[in-house]
Amino acid sequence: MSFVSVDNIFLRYGTFSILERVSLSVEEGEFISIVGASGCGKSTFLRLLLAEEQPTRGEIRIEGREPAVEPGRERGIVFQRYSVFPHMSVRDNIVAAESFDKPLGRLKRGERVAARERAQATLDRIGLGHMGHAYPTALSGGMQQRLAIAQALTARPRILLLDEPFGALDPGTRLQMHDFLTELREETKMTVFMVTHDLQEGFKLGDRVIVFDKPRWDPTDPSAYGATITYDFDARNNGIPFQDILEADHAHPPA
Amino acid sequence: MRLINRQPSRALTVFLAMLPFAALLIAYSVASEIRLAANPSDRLLPSLSTIGETAVRLFTEPDKRSGRILLWYDTGVSLLRLFIGVFCASFVGLTVGLLIGLLPHVRAMLGVFVAVISMIPPLAILPILFITFGLGELAKVVLIIIGITPFLIRDVSQRVVDIPHELIVKAQTLGASSLVIALRVALPQIMPRLIQSVRLSLGPAWLFLIAAEAIASDLGLGYRIFLVRRYLAMDVILTYVIWITLLAFLIDWLLRVASRKLYPWAGKGL
Ligand SMILES: Nc1ncnc2c1ncn2[C@@H]1O[C@H](COP(=O)(O)OP(=O)(O)O)[C@@H](O)[C@H]1O
Ligand SMILES: [Mg+2]
Repeated sequence: MSFVSVDNIFLRYGTFSILERVSLSVEEGEFISIVGASGCGKSTFLRLLLAEEQPTRGEIRIEGREPAVEPGRERGIVFQRYSVFPHMSVRDNIVAAESFDKPLGRLKRGERVAARERAQATLDRIGLGHMGHAYPTALSGGMQQRLAIAQALTARPRILLLDEPFGALDPGTRLQMHDFLTELREETKMTVFMVTHDLQEGFKLGDRVIVFDKPRWDPTDPSAYGATITYDFDARNNGIPFQDILEADHAHPPA
Repeated sequence: MRLINRQPSRALTVFLAMLPFAALLIAYSVASEIRLAANPSDRLLPSLSTIGETAVRLFTEPDKRSGRILLWYDTGVSLLRLFIGVFCASFVGLTVGLLIGLLPHVRAMLGVFVAVISMIPPLAILPILFITFGLGELAKVVLIIIGITPFLIRDVSQRVVDIPHELIVKAQTLGASSLVIALRVALPQIMPRLIQSVRLSLGPAWLFLIAAEAIASDLGLGYRIFLVRRYLAMDVILTYVIWITLLAFLIDWLLRVASRKLYPWAGKGL
């Protein structure tokens, strides 16, 4: 059985159909890049994976378990913006990933010292060791996203969701972030879903690149049909992208 | 160069800031001079020196009958009422505002209710307060509480709703319960905003305090002003008004400084 199975989900907001007939199965440890036109429902799909929202029809299971009803520690997320807590110091942002599931969100005295040391070690690793006491507003965009990813990983989720995490960064910083993410991934072997609007980035980082698009289009009512997965590329062939289309039965190329 | 791009120099900034104060003082002195020239026993616009003398007397000389310096006594009593009222209102505003902002069920129940309640003119129910709570301290404090709590609740709940949803979701993915989200995410983010709202509601709080003291009290800044009104003692009234203004300004300034010290991450805007 696959690790994440998305079974024929539909999502409608009133009469607006956002997603339809989306099916996907993902093995543990796979890195899935998600691309598609802006506004086609990529973020919505991540919200469904996160269980922040429920599909109108269909279900999403992890290891065949009952679909989740709300976000939890099993699935971590990094947004493009607002992805760390502005009122906590950089170090406390990492400690929060250990303490937030405790009563009152605080660690006991003894645990706290150890957690701070671990947080400091994490910060040293991601190159933010000297910024532990600063507030996130003092960090550059790239540093903030590094912190956000480290924070998400500290909670040890089974799945990491990234919604255009590098969308606001300059090209140089973006390349550094790619290395950073690749390195972390080697270590953790985590399952990752990453939305990006940069096709190249998607192929570089992903094992698979899935494309969301509207296969059906009603010219008189653009909101009548939702988007679905139209292509599922194998991106593992080291830099030779656009090679194989996986799961041809799920692909509905635009007519 | 466009006017919007022209910046005053440092010295000019200080000068410009003083200008309206100086203008006010000069306008007052001239008007007072004219009246006193026509009628030396005029009491309406006492000269600045008279006000100064009165102020020194009020601040230093004890009252003959009670032996207390009334101005300090009035100040202490009034500030205590103000602080108790504002503190209780802030506490209720924070608690209820957080609940409304975070919990959809509480929002469904109280959202409209608070919006309606906040439309009641507090002074209109002052007689009801005096009847229910008597003429003592309680009624005055309750007037302040009733006067500013609805505003604080609405402001806090709105600010909680305005917290980026990403942060609330993020906290959930770190395993935070509703309580932890309230205490570790929403509360600290709301505190600088609460201080800002409290600063805004201090004006109304003073208004309610003075109104309540004017009507039923035997001590307090508002009581004294309305008492000496009978003797047309403008010098006393003006001293008290300037004193109250100074106190209000000082409290506002202290709150602003405290907010910056305690919540440095919140930025200069607050
Ligand atoms: N709560 C909502 N109610 C109605 N429409 C929504 C809501 N949230 C998102 N949408 C619509 O869903 C579509 C997909 O949004 P989104 O998933 O953010 O797109 P993407 O991330 O691919 O750019 C957009 O057209 C957006 O207007
Ligand atoms: Mg999006």
